[in-house]
Amino acid sequence: MKRLPPVKEYHSPVWSEPIIMEMGRKGERGIMIPEAEKEITASAKKGKSYVPEKMRRKKSPQLPEISQPQILRHYLHLSQMCLGMETNIDGEGTATMKYSPKINEAFARSSKMTEIHPCQDEDTVQGILEIIHKFGLFLREISGLDQFTFQPPGGAMATFANACILRAHHASRGEGAQRDEVITTIFSHPCNAATAATAGFKVITLMPNPTGYPDFEALRAALSPRTAGLMITNPEDTGIYNPRIKEFTRAVHEAGGLCFYDQANANGILGITRAREAGFDACHFNLHKTFSAPHGSFGPGCAAYGVRKELAKFLPKPIVTFDGKKYHLDDDRPDSIGKLREFHGNIPAVLRAYSWIMSMGAEGLLEVARTSVVNNNYLTKMLEEIPGTVRYYAPREYRLEQTRWSWEKLTKDTGVGTLDIQRRMVDYGLQSFFMSHHPWIVPEPFTPEFCESYSVDDLDYWAAVLKQISDEAYSDPELVKSSPHRAPIHLVKYDGLDDPNKWAMTWRAYLKKTGNFPPVTGQKETPQR
Amino acid sequence: MKKKLGLVVNPIAGMGGRVALKGSDGRETIRKAIELGATPVSPKRAVEALKRLMMKDDIELITYPHDMGEEEAEESGFHHPTVIGSITRGETTPLDTHRAAKEMAALNTDLLLFAGGDGTARDIYDAVGNTVVVLGIPAGVKIHSAVYAINSVMAGELAVMHLKSFAPLLCEAEVMDIDEKVLREEDRVSARLYGYLKIPCDRKMTQSPKETSCGEEEADMMRGIAERIVDAMEEDWLYIIGPGTTTRAIMERLGIQKTLLGVDVVGGKKIVANDVNEAQLTRIIDVKKAKIIVTPIGGQGYIFGRGNQQISPEIIRRVGSDNIIVIATPGKIYSLMLKPLLVDTGDEEVDQLLRGYRKVVTGYREETVCNVL
Repeated sequence: MKRLPPVKEYHSPVWSEPIIMEMGRKGERGIMIPEAEKEITASAKKGKSYVPEKMRRKKSPQLPEISQPQILRHYLHLSQMCLGMETNIDGEGTATMKYSPKINEAFARSSKMTEIHPCQDEDTVQGILEIIHKFGLFLREISGLDQFTFQPPGGAMATFANACILRAHHASRGEGAQRDEVITTIFSHPCNAATAATAGFKVITLMPNPTGYPDFEALRAALSPRTAGLMITNPEDTGIYNPRIKEFTRAVHEAGGLCFYDQANANGILGITRAREAGFDACHFNLHKTFSAPHGSFGPGCAAYGVRKELAKFLPKPIVTFDGKKYHLDDDRPDSIGKLREFHGNIPAVLRAYSWIMSMGAEGLLEVARTSVVNNNYLTKMLEEIPGTVRYYAPREYRLEQTRWSWEKLTKDTGVGTLDIQRRMVDYGLQSFFMSHHPWIVPEPFTPEFCESYSVDDLDYWAAVLKQISDEAYSDPELVKSSPHRAPIHLVKYDGLDDPNKWAMTWRAYLKKTGNFPPVTGQKETPQR
Repeated sequence: MKKKLGLVVNPIAGMGGRVALKGSDGRETIRKAIELGATPVSPKRAVEALKRLMMKDDIELITYPHDMGEEEAEESGFHHPTVIGSITRGETTPLDTHRAAKEMAALNTDLLLFAGGDGTARDIYDAVGNTVVVLGIPAGVKIHSAVYAINSVMAGELAVMHLKSFAPLLCEAEVMDIDEKVLREEDRVSARLYGYLKIPCDRKMTQSPKETSCGEEEADMMRGIAERIVDAMEEDWLYIIGPGTTTRAIMERLGIQKTLLGVDVVGGKKIVANDVNEAQLTRIIDVKKAKIIVTPIGGQGYIFGRGNQQISPEIIRRVGSDNIIVIATPGKIYSLMLKPLLVDTGDEEVDQLLRGYRKVVTGYREETVCNVL
């Protein structure tokens, strides 16, 4: 095995921070607003008179009352106790945890972005409409499809849009009642099955064959005149690319169904294969994964959903169009499935992704795919030599951008499972790895995905930490099972999670359940319930 | 308060394996095994499991004397366990297992761990039924029962999870046994479904422990399947319903008592016959057209030929492959780890009819395509 770097010393700060509601004092403020001058007071009505009578609160809301330095200290303490995207090496699989260049944040925070409103006349927002339209053109080139929408704020809503369009398409051909089955695979993202079910379809799941490849014979057995469509991921969650994908899409088309490609994570195939050539009628991309818009709490998500031109009339409205001179918001679309949500989607995410593609160029996008695949297979070489790991399925085949691994052997040998290892990683300053979507067909799973943002040194370090933890599991399993030891919160007892009395989703619920105000510093008054 | 853990080791289980005797039921076989140089397996497995229980101070271990638990307890660090009962060392029989389990259950154990094989599971089932929570540490030669953890380490881990849990999740698992005499003399597998034991649920199989209970989800899934089957029931058809907890949910939905280990017949959403044998089934399908509803039995995925032999090859042939409905919770399908469903009716021609890809009903509006081999 390659010589791995030594693991670093790490210990998280530990602050026992109260809840913000327990802090501050009555009357304490972050900003003291000076009293208005007499002339102004005399000429204006009282503030609350601007709110219609029926909408006014009877009582003031119970908000925290606290000064600026205290509030800043509180939230910085909390952030110190977190492992952030930019303070650690985060190869969380299926999520494509990509570095988001800071310059794109500056664009998104510019007043030119933040101060425009979706209800503005289109003449006054030609610039952003141009960006939305051109970004749609980029994605047409990347996917081979013909029209995109950016309305979904995340991947699951894009797959839901797809289920709605499947319904609309078959209904328009008089087959709406007959075609009520959607086929998916067990290693596709579960939102494909879930959103098809939400849209009223029966869901048929295909299990892979024993080698882990999608099973074409199983697909054939599933197809019938009731088939509405196929909704799948490729490469699947396992990192295995279905090499017979064109046979799959052809068989579905022959049965009268449509094919949807969940490309939430397209990092391994960007510029290499396209939805159109693989025979798909529709696909989606998560801009917050493959296209570098920030992920999770760093910024709003956005899923680009695209279709072939035959299906374009069903897309949610409005669509940004261009007549050669001017950009328009086209709301006159009688066949549209309607709106998934208000307005046009999370446009700052579109702006960041547009800027990212402009900085990469076509060759850059191809390089992204190549680098992420090389990264994953480089890491594979190291992980397979760590005692206790098992690479599930197709043992000699390369994976694309991610791999579904298992600690099955380690667990059978030592009793230390993937959850234990996940917690122990935090002791070395690394974010817990992604395990698996449900269900856990692969036992004790973990799924690394190191996209192009990560260096060889990053990969070596990550492997070194896992090697260290594997060694610990074999020599002192309790050390791993009782971890974390150097994190802000130590081992959480899971049993309380089953007890509703230990849960409060709001401060009000907390007060109700505990029956009293906790004896911590802070407000002198008992809030009204 | 300390948790009460019962421990029963069947010291002779697993002795036939190394000397290729296919089981160790019966005194004669054991004598033969020892002559051939067999050494005890289950005490070792029990110690491996008990060593995983780090919370020894929080546990009151109750066990039987000598190699039926006392020695294994001492060896794995449980000092001064509560030892009850009496045995003759080296002469233990199924009766000792039976007595031990019964006496421990009477002491209200939180969990009863037992080390052995299918025969041991049967003895435990006979003694305590589903009155207490049990878990098997696998040590037998052949294990067809689903009441065992995958190995001794995992038995220990599952025991810890169960004893520490605020609201332990339970499932019913099959006790299967094969007639060892038939296996040894005729080299033919003849397994029957003996009953169900209550075991801690390994919820990692279906979801991560951070989420809601899989025990309940499993029951919900069964209710969904039952609803689908009942909704689709047609007036002029009979439904031959095989054994199992998943098929039981259909009968619960109809408000009919299910013969858990047997085959029942339903028509017009009412009971037609309970616990039928092959001859009765033949008479029934002479009169009316019928569909068969079965669920995989045990951990290995058999849909015919294990535990439901009443539905004979002849019955299957007459009903026809298209009129067979296979139902299974998603959890059961996943636990097969991509292995196919199996048929072993004893009639190769009928097995051949049943083979191939088949849509298995896994929820109210959900199906999974499974290969039948």
